Amino acid sequence: MIETTSTGVLALIGLMTLVTLVTRFGGVFAMSFVRISPRIESFINTMASSVLIAIIMPLAFSGDAGAIAALSTTAAIMLATKKPLPSIAAGIIAAGLVRYFL
Amino acid sequence: MKSASYSYQLQPAKIRSEFFRLLPISLFVVAFGAAFGLAAAQAGLTPLETLLMSGAVFAGASQFAAIDMWGPQVSTLPLLAVVFAINSRHLLMGASLYPMLKNVSPGKRYGLLLVLTDANWAVSAQEYQNGRHNLEVILGGGLVLWMAWVIGTLLGVYFGGLLQDPKSLGLDMVLGCFLLAMALGGKQSPRILVSWTVAAVASLAAWKWLPANMHVVVGALAGGVIGYFWLEKHADSEQVQEEATS
Repeated sequence: MIETTSTGVLALIGLMTLVTLVTRFGGVFAMSFVRISPRIESFINTMASSVLIAIIMPLAFSGDAGAIAALSTTAAIMLATKKPLPSIAAGIIAAGLVRYFL
Repeated sequence: MKSASYSYQLQPAKIRSEFFRLLPISLFVVAFGAAFGLAAAQAGLTPLETLLMSGAVFAGASQFAAIDMWGPQVSTLPLLAVVFAINSRHLLMGASLYPMLKNVSPGKRYGLLLVLTDANWAVSAQEYQNGRHNLEVILGGGLVLWMAWVIGTLLGVYFGGLLQDPKSLGLDMVLGCFLLAMALGGKQSPRILVSWTVAAVASLAAWKWLPANMHVVVGALAGGVIGYFWLEKHADSEQVQEEATS
């Protein structure tokens, strides 16, 4: 327990910063002890895009109709055009429209 | 490796252009920052403390979670455990950049990582999948995202009451749509699609049944395991060719 006096708050912010820094540095630091074989390279590559999927899926499943409209619109347009900005913009507009009308 | 000549040269001009490239998405980050500033002010943090947290921690989701646990007293270990769990995706994100980061000096390597966050990492990781090496976006993009987060926080602290509900405008979906677009902008092979399916199922299962905030790491590692056992047959020769021609 830390009391949220001004020193206490500073301590909490300092600790949060430290923990976050460990996560920012830790993966790279650990990798410096690993020899990058083709197998590790392949692991890293599939893991990287899986991070994105793993962030998005629960977002879609816990989201409202607007969230689902946004993600599916972005996905459809991105797959068709491969242009990120129009895809994202269309997704946002879809969410806004669905929430306005539903 | 001791008398290292690091092969990756960061180009100042490219850092600048990546700064401006991520400026549009940063405008949305200002809106999230403002929402955070407002929430922190309502939880009783002073403006200076709120700014300090945004500037130093620079990890939105974990900051919102911290504010949720705020009170006259804060239980330290549970708070830090939540912050770690939410930010543990950085471990994997950083690791995925290692093939590029090993080619810059340790000082620059860890300096870049100070501003590592979802959006700039997603751009860099996507370009890496497509055979381009881009660490400049981590630095240039990271700086503009950091500035946007801090400026947004400041606006939220002082003018938060004026905020329109960002959800009704669909603004809460900006980052999700951005990350999805980055994922789909990479190469899609059967191997990638299988790993995504596994990652999707694993992350949903973890989200439903495991303690909170573990789903990203669980899903990503599950997807990675597919890559570990299923190697792209021609990846190596393609890469050599690309390096020879570039």
